[in-house]
Amino acid sequence: MTKVENNKAWFLVLPVFLLVAFSAVIPLMTVVNYSVQDIFDQHTAYFVGAEWYREMLQDPRLHDSLLRQFIFSGCVLLIEIPLGIAVALMMPTKGRAASLCLILLAIPLLIPWNVVGTIWQVFGRADIGLFGWAINSLGIDYNYAANPMDAWFTVLLMDVWHWTSLVALLCYSGLRAIPEAYYQAARIDRASKWAIFRYIQLPKLKSVLVIGVLLRFMDSFMIYTEPFVLTGGGPGNSTTFLSQTLTKMAVGQFDLGPAAAFSLIYFLIVLLVSWLFFTTISHLDKAK
Amino acid sequence: MSLTLQNVTRIVDGEYHLDDVNLMLEPGSFNVLLGRTLAGKTSLMRLMAGLDKPSEGRVLMNGVDVTGVPVQQRNISMVYQQFINYPNWTVFENIASPLRLAKVAEPEIKKRVKETAEMLHIEQFLERRPLELSGGQQQRTAMARALVKDASLILFDEPLVNLDYKLREELRQEIRELLKARNSIAVYASTEPNEALALGGKTTLLHEGKVIQHGSSSEVYRYPVNVDAAELFSEPPINLIRGFVSDTEVTFDSTVHFPLNQDIRGLKPGDYYFGMRPSHIGLVPHNDDDLEVSVRVELAEISGSETFMHVKNEHFNLVLQLSGVHEYHTDTPIKVYLPTHKLFVFGLDGQMLQAPGRLYQGGYHG
Repeated sequence: MTKVENNKAWFLVLPVFLLVAFSAVIPLMTVVNYSVQDIFDQHTAYFVGAEWYREMLQDPRLHDSLLRQFIFSGCVLLIEIPLGIAVALMMPTKGRAASLCLILLAIPLLIPWNVVGTIWQVFGRADIGLFGWAINSLGIDYNYAANPMDAWFTVLLMDVWHWTSLVALLCYSGLRAIPEAYYQAARIDRASKWAIFRYIQLPKLKSVLVIGVLLRFMDSFMIYTEPFVLTGGGPGNSTTFLSQTLTKMAVGQFDLGPAAAFSLIYFLIVLLVSWLFFTTISHLDKAK
Repeated sequence: MSLTLQNVTRIVDGEYHLDDVNLMLEPGSFNVLLGRTLAGKTSLMRLMAGLDKPSEGRVLMNGVDVTGVPVQQRNISMVYQQFINYPNWTVFENIASPLRLAKVAEPEIKKRVKETAEMLHIEQFLERRPLELSGGQQQRTAMARALVKDASLILFDEPLVNLDYKLREELRQEIRELLKARNSIAVYASTEPNEALALGGKTTLLHEGKVIQHGSSSEVYRYPVNVDAAELFSEPPINLIRGFVSDTEVTFDSTVHFPLNQDIRGLKPGDYYFGMRPSHIGLVPHNDDDLEVSVRVELAEISGSETFMHVKNEHFNLVLQLSGVHEYHTDTPIKVYLPTHKLFVFGLDGQMLQAPGRLYQGGYHG
């Protein structure tokens, strides 16, 4: 048999090429371009090779905010995933109550990041904010502007408040997809509530949880607005995460070369961690 | 072990899901629960299992009242329409799970799982997980889980509807074989008359929450107690024509006459419903006194190696079941032959008075 070659077929792939080129490759290449040059002004630029990368990888600012970033994303996942599952498990399954819960859960998701930051900035103030005032009147000294622990606590609380709904909604939809017959079969098997969760619900939720973990990891790893609005990354540098370090460098100091190298490293970290997570999960599936 | 339902009624939100059901299932019997969607098959099975409690009435097992006993304390197993297995356990662990709960010793578990898996031809998949199997194999696993323990009652809730035709026939035969050697009661819910006939055993007809007939499958098929039973146990549905009987002849729908023959003698003059199985109406006469009727083709539906032909004229609306593939265009005028010797006769109240082969003798009481 001879293979029929039809070169016209390439035209059909063209739109995708163009789309990917404009949406990803070309913008990324400008950054790559910056990251290998030392730019003084419009007409003066020197090729420096991997210099900026070397410098950035040894930069203590990057190390510190990277560590902070991992701790933050880790905390976010550790709190939001179990909490989201718990909320989904407790939600009513039908009737008005279910619709009401869904609406309530969806509300935080509709609020823009900077508004969330502002809400909590005011809410947490000891003098005029209800939350800050209440905590302080309980005798606990709480001040996010002065105490790094309090600032961390507030940023985490904001993120949990803002995004646990997403995990809960994902899990809720996953739970609704489990046919009633599974629960009946479990009753016939005399399975305990824990066994039902561990051996039926959790395995059935796995695919939505993978998506949930990935989304929450990527998103929390890029957090910028909330700590910026709350304390501008402070007190000190205690809530300065990667994206804020990057912004300071690129926009504040206009160090385009190092900032570009930083961006690419940042991007590769997100990609690498997500890829590692996803392949490990898929691999575990096959290994068993 | 026997299972008896006495005056069982279940009402949910003011709606009767089951209405005064009386049923006695014998030890070792295979019972098909035949009914349309929403007839109450699943409700009845849930009551038998102990997943739900009846609003009224009693459930007896071996003569002992178990009405309030929850499912966990009854020795039952169930197979569902969906393929229900523990998703992250191997097939072996899935089949072994009921035995583990019963605290059976490990060597015994191994032996019984192996035996059951062999019976269901899944012994080569024991180390795989359910989602790595085909639909048929997943359902075999679920069935193995149900059969591995010696349940006194095994419930099958339309277990084969999600499988393809070939697998269905194969598994249906296997289910029958597997249960023959057991003393447990099997209940098998189905919407398909043909499935009930293929499975043999007993058939219980369920219609709008009521048991309308219970008996051996062939008996129920041949002698339906009323119009509902006849319609339920016929695919395509039985043809019903209103007719008038005089001293000498029968008139269908005031238009077609034929003389009374020995098969429908003994009916008092008056109005009746006459039923004809779709397979008994032919395109050629089978008998000298078959009744010729001119009709037009409305639709010829080919189902496997059979054709369901819908025909009508201004008086009749009939369905024929013909073997072989027949292609007819809509509106083709044809002649069909009604079997005057194979008529079911029902009173206007729907009660069966005569079936082919069973003469009217002051009323038939099944």
